Amino acid sequence: MAIEKYSKEHEWVRVDGDVATIGITVHAQEQLGDLVFVEVPEVGRKVAAEEACAVVESVKAASDVYAPVSGEVVEANDALGTNPGLVNEDAEGKAWLFKIRLSKPAELDALMDRAAYDDFVANG
Amino acid sequence: MSADPTTGTPNRRTFLYDEHVASGAKVVPFAGYDMPVQYPLGVLKEHLWTREKAGLFDVSHMGLCWLHGPDHETTARALEALLPADILNLKPGQQRYSQLLADDGGILDDLMVTRPAGAEGDGTLMLVVNAGCKDEDYRHIAAKLPAGVRLEIDHERSLIALQGPKAVGALRGFIPGVEQMTFMSGRTATLDGHRVHVTRSGYTGEDGYEIAVLNDHVASAWKLLTAHSDVEPIGLGARDSLRLEAGLCLYGHDIDTSTSPIEARLQWSIQQRRRTEGGFPGASRITAELANGPSRRRVGIKPSGRAPAREGTEIRDANGKPIGTITSGGFGPSVNGPVAMGYVESDHAALGTPIQLVVRGKPMPATIVNLPFTPHRYVR
Repeated sequence: MAIEKYSKEHEWVRVDGDVATIGITVHAQEQLGDLVFVEVPEVGRKVAAEEACAVVESVKAASDVYAPVSGEVVEANDALGTNPGLVNEDAEGKAWLFKIRLSKPAELDALMDRAAYDDFVANG
Repeated sequence: MSADPTTGTPNRRTFLYDEHVASGAKVVPFAGYDMPVQYPLGVLKEHLWTREKAGLFDVSHMGLCWLHGPDHETTARALEALLPADILNLKPGQQRYSQLLADDGGILDDLMVTRPAGAEGDGTLMLVVNAGCKDEDYRHIAAKLPAGVRLEIDHERSLIALQGPKAVGALRGFIPGVEQMTFMSGRTATLDGHRVHVTRSGYTGEDGYEIAVLNDHVASAWKLLTAHSDVEPIGLGARDSLRLEAGLCLYGHDIDTSTSPIEARLQWSIQQRRRTEGGFPGASRITAELANGPSRRRVGIKPSGRAPAREGTEIRDANGKPIGTITSGGFGPSVNGPVAMGYVESDHAALGTPIQLVVRGKPMPATIVNLPFTPHRYVR
């Protein structure tokens, strides 16, 4: 079974082998409102955990998306460039943002599981 | 209830607060008030709805006040000492946009001035100023008024705005005759059995009305209007994207004490008589800028790609030299792309000039374009 983790910055991480798929949570897109622009990182970019590497923008504001884990970007969801609203429709499914080949898998341990994330959202 | 993070003072609520909460609005602090930023429809759909049908806005946070003097000429001249518009020649029922000016010609606030229709209102002017400036505006105005002219801050009325191409059709069902009003005019009327003041004006670029309603009756007026099938309540989020597409200035962003009306390209709001006679704060600077052109100007900016360029973004010329800053920028739902306004050195302000916008450290191509982005649809 794939490992699913969540960050305090409201990103989700789904790990399959040594590749992590990353997006923003349903809660995050609700807070942001209608998204009108998404910028994903270039394939091949090496990112460190907590580094800003994607941008999601609503009508009113731009928000950074941080890499919850370190590694190299191996794939980005270019479909979001022409259809940013997909993040509002399916944030934790089709609207994944990018995939990272993990360089420090132990970083996953610092992230929350679903129950802990739900509690974090509910109680801060 | 949210509070000011520095003082802990609770935010004020308008008389429509309960309506907003009941409608499922997302409420945020704005200019000292808890205001609806969006309703369940969301900013994008609220914006498009207003352009296509009619949106109802709670603008009760804005400052409604009155000047009272013995006759129109006395009151008009008192106000003309504070701003550059021709108030003396306002006809009864006519409205004008203007700016309160500092002595150096910088803009203290922008506002709407209406001369009430009918002889009983002679000597009275209705002013609507910005929420975030109103307390300072009131102090400024009161301190500058001559003996015999008095400022009355209106705490008894709320303000709502019905905007969009279907506004006239919706409102005439409740106030027969509003369809005959022209843009920038005002009159009293009866709505739902109560006295209101209506102007045909707004802040979206669309046809529409702004209505002053007694506080005790505003919730029922709101319910009545939103029950119309063409009318949806619209929050501050869409209000901002609508006015940006319409090329309208937002005080504190596109205009402030560091900008003159000429730099802001608001010279259309300074009538010829005032240009000739002067007699308003900053007249020497403004006259010189009218004659020689200002060193910088507000312009429309169209980014070439999809990425919005936000307020504060550096503007560079085609060779990479800094020439200005974006003062309002975002996504225009009707344009279906990014739109912005900002100030550039006048040498670079010509329509069609290619420029660069530095977004997240990267120069992005953009062009100086005409304002507005969406054509105004005022009924003149």
